[in-house]
Amino acid sequence: MIDYIRNNQTIIWQALGQHVYLSLLPVLLGTVVAVPVGYLAVRRPALYQPIVNLGGVIYSIPSLALFLIIPVVLGTGVLSPLNIIVALAVYTFALLTRTVADALTDVQGETTQAADALGFRRLRRLVGVEIPMALPVMLAGVRVATVSNISLVSVGAFLGVGGLGALFTRGLQLGFIEPIIVGIVLSVLLAAVCDIGIVLLQRRLTPWSRVGAG
Amino acid sequence: MLVTPMLNYFGYLFDGGNWSFAQGSIPHLLLQHVEYTLITLLIAAVIALPVGLLIGHTNRGALLAINIGNAGRALPTFGLLSLMVTLVGIGTLPVLVALVVLAVPPILTSTYAGIRAVDSAAVDAAVGMGMRPLQVLTRAEVPMALPLIMSGLRSALLQVCATATVAAYVGFGGLGRLLIDGLSTNHYDEVFAGAVLVALLAIVLDLLSAAVQRSIVSPGVRERRGRRHRGSSDAPMSDAPTSDAAMSETSEQTETRQQQVSTASTSR
Repeated sequence: MIDYIRNNQTIIWQALGQHVYLSLLPVLLGTVVAVPVGYLAVRRPALYQPIVNLGGVIYSIPSLALFLIIPVVLGTGVLSPLNIIVALAVYTFALLTRTVADALTDVQGETTQAADALGFRRLRRLVGVEIPMALPVMLAGVRVATVSNISLVSVGAFLGVGGLGALFTRGLQLGFIEPIIVGIVLSVLLAAVCDIGIVLLQRRLTPWSRVGAG
Repeated sequence: MLVTPMLNYFGYLFDGGNWSFAQGSIPHLLLQHVEYTLITLLIAAVIALPVGLLIGHTNRGALLAINIGNAGRALPTFGLLSLMVTLVGIGTLPVLVALVVLAVPPILTSTYAGIRAVDSAAVDAAVGMGMRPLQVLTRAEVPMALPLIMSGLRSALLQVCATATVAAYVGFGGLGRLLIDGLSTNHYDEVFAGAVLVALLAIVLDLLSAAVQRSIVSPGVRERRGRRHRGSSDAPMSDAPTSDAAMSETSEQTETRQQQVSTASTSR
């Protein structure tokens, strides 16, 4: 095992690097789109159900299928890393719009009325009051999206762009468990590190929630 | 220019020859896919439901359930499958094990969370009415936890249906065959047909399970849940006379919501 790791350092680092990039960039992209759409669902209650349903339908599309449908829609090559990024961003979006909408809905009521009474305008109320208050729930959604993206990237190995998934195909083809174990361990570790990172970020961003809970 | 490639992509799907029932035909692969999915779900439910009920009912080992849930979500199924195949060789066992490992965490965590989320007053009332522990579980806790338990089963179903395609990589059937074979022979219309069929199958299975959920969940439980989802704005003021109570109410709600978010996740 140690020999394998020592002899294949470059490949392993490359796979890990690609994995990080393929899983985290979509989280960012998906979140950036999900927040305004989720907010729209709160501002226009009539749109809530359609938006949530759309998310549900998107989320039920299997990843491998989406990885392969996206090149047809976008006109990218089947083997382009862009497919993986777009597909995972779409999942993140599908998962987060509902979470964002529900989180922002929970904040409505007394809190927003108080903000109104203090003279907050709509945008300032959103950025200064609603989003911060909704952050714990939103970040819970981001955690789920991040962890699931990290485990999904390896499916991209079918298409030749799978980050750590490349180690799985390699091991499978060579009948060799070392790369597979390295891949699984790194994938789980990466998920754990990112998950903890988001929890720490949330603590920094919402110091009041700890006080409230304690 | 736009029309021609689309026609090519749909070639395989709309070729009648691929639909006549034969070894490796679309209906055959579809059936195989459903078979793998249902068998996996059954095994996973037999394992996860009792454990989740036990943990939820006794509130012991909760940390274990949560950790298994999180670890399971992070575990790449394809990696696990590769590992199993490399260790024991190609066969039903490695595929089933990999898929069951995928399906257990969502069922386990949402069953546990569902039972824990049951109003303790209802449980107390059930005990007060003289129900035995098992009756409390089956007649009070389970019916009230059913929406969450079902959502766990449904997300497991979706994940397994989606991931069963991976089985084709190690020589198994199911709709993954179209994806893998099409990719290796550069027949992208076959790949596309596989992708579309898996997506449609997943959506159909999800709709079916939603219908099952609607028919077995008591209307009273559904109603309560619906109202709760509308947020804090309609919480009666008289219930929260002091701002302290209001605060704890919202933070409790936030916690429930966070739990809902993390248990209801349908990662694939």
